[in-house]
Parts: sequence; C-alpha cells; structure tokens
Amino acid sequence: MKTKSLYRVLLTLLLAFWVSSAWAANTIKWSMQGDSLTLDPHAQNEGPTTMVSRQIYEALVTRGLDMSIGPQLATDWKATNPTTWVFNLRKDVTFHNGDKMTSEDVVFSLLRAQQPSSDFKEYISTITSVKALDEYTVEIQTKDPNPILLNQLSNIFVMSKKWATENFVIVPQNWDAGQETFSANNAMGTGPFKITLREPNTKTVFKKNKKWWGEVQHNLDEIHLLPIANASTRVAALLSGELDIVTDAPVQDLDRIRSSGDHKVLSIEQMRTIFLGMDQAADKLRSGNTGDNPFKKKEVRQAFYQAIDIEAIKEKVMRGLSSPAGIITFPGVTGYTKELDERLPYDVAAAKKLLADAGYPDGFDIELRCPNDRYVNDEAICTAVVGMLGKIGVNVSLNAQTKSKHFKELKDNQGDFYMLGWGVPTLDSHYVFHYLYETEASWNKVNFSNAEVDAAVRVMEGEVDLEKRNAAIAKAWKIVKDDIAYLPLHHQVISWASKRSVDVPIRPNNEPLFRFSNKRY
Amino acid sequence: MDSQRLTLLSRIKDSDIYFSFIKSPTAIVSSVILVIIFFCSFFVEFVAPFNPFDPSSLSLMEAFTPPSWSEKGMAKYILGTDGQGRDMLSTILYGSRISLIVGFSAILFSLLLGVTLGLTAGYFGGKYEMIVMRLTDVQLTVPSILMALLVDGIARGIISRELHDEMAIYVLIFAIGISEWPQFARVSRAATLVEKNKDYVSASTIIGVSNILIMFKHILPNIMRPVLVIGTIGLALAIIAESTLSFLGVGVPPTTPSLGTLIRIGNDFLFSGEWWITFFPAIFLVLLAFSINLLGDWMRDTLNPKLN
Repeated sequence: MKTKSLYRVLLTLLLAFWVSSAWAANTIKWSMQGDSLTLDPHAQNEGPTTMVSRQIYEALVTRGLDMSIGPQLATDWKATNPTTWVFNLRKDVTFHNGDKMTSEDVVFSLLRAQQPSSDFKEYISTITSVKALDEYTVEIQTKDPNPILLNQLSNIFVMSKKWATENFVIVPQNWDAGQETFSANNAMGTGPFKITLREPNTKTVFKKNKKWWGEVQHNLDEIHLLPIANASTRVAALLSGELDIVTDAPVQDLDRIRSSGDHKVLSIEQMRTIFLGMDQAADKLRSGNTGDNPFKKKEVRQAFYQAIDIEAIKEKVMRGLSSPAGIITFPGVTGYTKELDERLPYDVAAAKKLLADAGYPDGFDIELRCPNDRYVNDEAICTAVVGMLGKIGVNVSLNAQTKSKHFKELKDNQGDFYMLGWGVPTLDSHYVFHYLYETEASWNKVNFSNAEVDAAVRVMEGEVDLEKRNAAIAKAWKIVKDDIAYLPLHHQVISWASKRSVDVPIRPNNEPLFRFSNKRY
Repeated sequence: MDSQRLTLLSRIKDSDIYFSFIKSPTAIVSSVILVIIFFCSFFVEFVAPFNPFDPSSLSLMEAFTPPSWSEKGMAKYILGTDGQGRDMLSTILYGSRISLIVGFSAILFSLLLGVTLGLTAGYFGGKYEMIVMRLTDVQLTVPSILMALLVDGIARGIISRELHDEMAIYVLIFAIGISEWPQFARVSRAATLVEKNKDYVSASTIIGVSNILIMFKHILPNIMRPVLVIGTIGLALAIIAESTLSFLGVGVPPTTPSLGTLIRIGNDFLFSGEWWITFFPAIFLVLLAFSINLLGDWMRDTLNPKLN
C-alpha cells in the first residue's frame, strides 16, 4: 500500500515537472513552402536542405552573420606550401551522442563528400588527399593552388564516422536514384541543435544541444520546422500566431503582414538567380513536335530571351521585389560586373523574326518544367512565360510540380526547357561554371559544352595570380552570355516575416542561423 | 398537327405542376438564373468577351486589374483580371462550363447506377436485395468527399502523369458519381417496393410480361418523381463536390480551371486585397448551387409531397 502511494506521488511529481518544463520551452515555429529533401549532409546540394543541415551539422570553417568566413570546427589553419593546408581542430567538440569529434571524423566526412553519390563532390573536386596528422590535425592537399578552398569547405559538413559505420551510411544517400538510407531521416552532427523528430514534409523538431562547444547566443529550446506549401495558408498561420517565422513570405502578402502590428517583414536581395534552361545538345526534343531540336540554334534561344518581358514579371508577379538579370550570378560574387548583368532588350517583333530566320515561322510545341514550391512565385513566373512565348507562336505546355520531383526528373535528363535557380555559396564565379557550364557538369542539364570555358574553369581552380584569374572569369562569362547558354530571368529578393518578438537575423543566402536567434516571451 | 401542339400546351397549362410553378416566385427566379447560367456556359465561346486560354491574347501588364466600377478598373474587364491578366468574367464562364459538365455527368452516372441497382433490388428481393442494400449502408458510412479523394488517389496511382491531365475530368466524374449512388438506390428501392404490389404489376406478371419489361417499362416511370427530386438536389451537391476537390487540388488541372480551381488560385491573393480573384468565382458557385437547391426544393414540394 505504502509503495503504491509513493509511486503515485512520484508520478505526480514527474508529471508536474514534465508539464512545467514543456511550459518553459522556448520554441520557434518556422515555416517555408518546401521541406529539406534529406537530412544526409552530402546527398543534396539544395537551399532548404542545407538550411536544415546547417543547424545540426558544422563544417571546418563557416560564414557568420556578415557572410565572412570564420573558424568553426577548425580553430586555425595555414598553408604550408601552395597546395597543402593544415587545419588544427577544436578539442572540445562532441557529437550529439557524446562521442568526441576528432580528425578521423573530418577525414571521413571529406572523403564521403567526394563519393560519386554525393552532391557536394564538385565543391571539393580539387582536393587530392586528406589525412589525419594526429588526433586534432588534418592535412588537405589540392591539385593546384586553390584560392577558394575555404569558401568551398564552409559547405562540407562533418558527421560522425562511428555513427555512419554503425548505420551503414558510409557513402552518401543516392538521392537521385531514390535511395532511402538511415542518414536521410536521422542526423549525427556537432551543431547547436539536434533532430529529435523527423516527419518529412510535415514536421521536424530540433532540440537545443546542451553540450554544444560554442558560446550560446540564442535562448531557444526547440525549433519546429512546419512546411506549408500553400502561400495563403502559411500567411494565415503566421497571422494567427501559430507560426513564429516564415522564411519565404509571399510577396503579395507583405503589406498585410506589416499592417498587423504584431509582425515584421525583413527583405534582402538574395544570392540567387532564377533562370530557364534549354537543352541544346539533344538531337530531338522529348516534348517537341518538330522532330529536331530548335534549341540547337542560337536564334531560337535568343528569340525566347527577347520574348520575355522581365519588367512585367517584376512588376506584376514579383511586385517589384526582383532585379532583372543578364547572367546567373549577382553583385558580391567574384566576376560579377554591371555590364555583364545587362539584359538583351524585350522585343517581340525581333523575337518573331529570329524564330522565322531559324526556320520556325509558326513556332513549335514545347513543355516547360517548373517547380511550384521552391522559388518565389515560381509557378506564376512560368505561367507568365507561357503567355509571353505564346505571343511569338510557341505553344508551351506547363508542367509545374513539387520540387523533389522536379529536381529528380531534371537530374534524370528529362527536361527540354526548365526553370532553375542558382545561389553561389562560395561567392565565386567558379562555383557557377563548375556546376552549370562545364562539359558534363552535374547540373549542366542544357548540355552546354565549350572547350574555352572548360579551360577557363581550370584556370579559376589553379591560378593564384588574381589578375589572370579574373581575366579567365570575365572571358568565360562573355562566352556563355553571348551564346545564351541559359536564359537568365532575375535575381530573387527574399522576405522573411516574423512576430515582432522573434529575432532571427536575415542573411542574403536565405539561411537562418538559429544559433543567433532569440525569442522574447 | 397544330391542334396537337395546342393540346400539349394547354395540357401543360392545365397541369398542377405548371400551376404551382407560376405560384412560386422562388422557382421562377431560380430557374431564370439557371437558364441564364446554362446558356452562358454552353455558348461560352460566343458569350465570353475573351478567350482566357489563348496565351497569346494575355497581357501580363494588365494583371490584377480591379473590377470596372472601382477606381483603377478598366471598362473591358468588367469583373477585373487575375494574376496573369485573364479576364475574370470569361474565366468564370469557362470554368462554370467545366463544373456543370462534371456535375451533370456525375449525377447521371450515379442515377443510372443507383436506380438500376435499387429497382432490381426492390423488385427481386431476397439475398440480392440484402447484398445491394448492405452495400449502400457501407457506402453511406464513408463520407462522399473521402470516397472521391480515394478514387482520385487510386487513379493517380494507375494512370500515368501524361495521361492524367486528360483523364482528370473522367476520373472526377467517376469519383463523384460513385459516392452519390446510394441515395438513388435507396429511394428507388423504397418506391419499387410500394409499386410492385400494385395491381398493374400483378396483372402484367399474370399475362406473362418479362421481368425486365415490367421493371423498366411499367415500374420505372412511376418511381421517377422522387428520383428526379433527389437528382436535382444531388446536382447541386455534385457541383459543390467538384469544386471542393478542385479546391483541394485533386480535381481538374489548372490549365482547364473549374470554379473550384479558380477559387483555389484566387485564395492566394485574399490577404493582399485582390479580393475579386476569389470572390467572383465563389459568389458564382454559391448562386449556381443555391438556385439548383431552390428549384430542387420546389420540385420536392410539388412532385413528391410525401418527402416533405
């Protein structure tokens, strides 16, 4: 009898404790239109996926709030010769399960990110060897002197070797092939937050890592990521107080959010350019009706370019929150110039003439592939493009679908004509060329190929003389711009809307850093 | 010939249905509204001021034009334009045609299915009747929207994506039709049970008329009244079901929008003050469903006072 009542008292106390601790938990409820595609830190190089990984995983070096590179898992580094770098690691870092982080894990993670199934292999393709000199020192060798190695390393996350071995995820998840692995829904990093619940596309719960090595500058206990695809539902949830922050507030609702009194809107020009790709290598378009590939002719690509009224898209679809682009890179990136960013004029008559000159006076049929939950108003932009191309006689059918399908089918080479956006996390033009323009590059789905551009990419990788390097970048940009390899649309402006009591610093790469975020009661 | 037509006219004029119609203002108003809507929807190519599905006629710069009577409105866009510069009035008319086609076809499908099953069940009785009626009971426990979602989900699984857009409208008709048939089955079975004990059925049986002929030639015309009443009210339900499914994004594709799709698209602009993009399709749908319901109510009162 006595033991029974003791149990009761204990249970009551436990319940009371649990309730009070749940009450006191400071939780940020965060939403955006799509979810992270996978928790595997090396499987998908995609914005929201990295956004989530960034909270739970860390890299050797990282960009701070001001976007400058600073130490993270490495305390300091030096180049012992032009192609050899030595990194000294922090000695007080543990993974979320309590294991110590050592140079073994760093070497493992870098090698893992170089595997064929990794989507980050292009970042560190210049690294020839990685080895542990001792428990807390790592030596990295590059093929040629690499001026942007630190920029690249800031996106290679370090995971636990032991955990990866135990859970059979030594190689990254092959996302493109639709593989499911343990690492896709579980994570073992060293970051300030850890995953405690993962329901893809529904809810992801991050809990504060109490044993984190760094100085804690946030007052959060939990982050709940609740993706909501429908724009107005997302805004309604924010306005009703159900959400604390939305990192892709719909442009049409910003005035309404501002006027609520309890909410604020932060806007910043994002490091991301939206563009259209046109497959110019295939002999026959998959969705065309001409039996050949009109995109092989530059006139056709230029006709498409000049048929698009980007100012109308800016004013009506983006409500002024975009800046028309001439190249797929933006101010702040090495190699960007204002002259390059100039667009060809909008001219329907010229576009019609170009199309007729190319041998398609009556236009042709084509399918435009578009994501509908990735970029700001992506589907609306595509619908507008369909209308504009209709004016020059091109009959476009729109295939707008969720981003996971869109990206998967693009990677599978199913797109003739598609929308994509490209950010530049390294802030260097090399990244754009290496992924989008180099022959057979992993996201070069227009199958552009130019020997001079390829040669320029090699110079960008190995030239330390900045003048020569910049000349190579300028030359490469000129070639791809003149050839209209892609059809650039605009640089995206992003807006974050949150409660006034929530303070998450906005960053031009659209990545929230919750370790610098606070929420007042 | 002329006298025949006259007699037909006078027969209609003398009938109690005509009398009750003339005496019911709601019936007159709702049927006038319905006639206008049906006419505009089926002759939309001639009635609508624009063809909103011809991309080359659109002008993005004229997107978000408010209705013509407001300050920034344009006379040629009476109800304003949507986010892509499409004329709202034209899109609504084109959209209501899709809604009406789906609604009518779905209700016709469930009427055929339900009446056939209900009539045969009531006439033959026995184990067959039990099976059919338990089937309707099971079907009635599943909410019709859920049933329609289920059918649509299965269809998406088995039909390839390329074909899906073309097949979407048939899938929708089937999905709504299959979820509405138990109503018809129950009513027609109940009516058949009453009719089959009447003398004219016994007489037909005695002189050796076949079962099929008795059912469809003699009993069917006598049970049509309650079935038509349910059918009219069901039409409003089917149109709303279609809009609900399209609003949820599982109905007809946005390339050929129905009223529900239009409301869903407009929903994104509700907070930003562009109310006309969602308001007009919604009010049009309300008007349509309301008129059909009022007409259905009147029909119930007149044709089948027992149901009241």
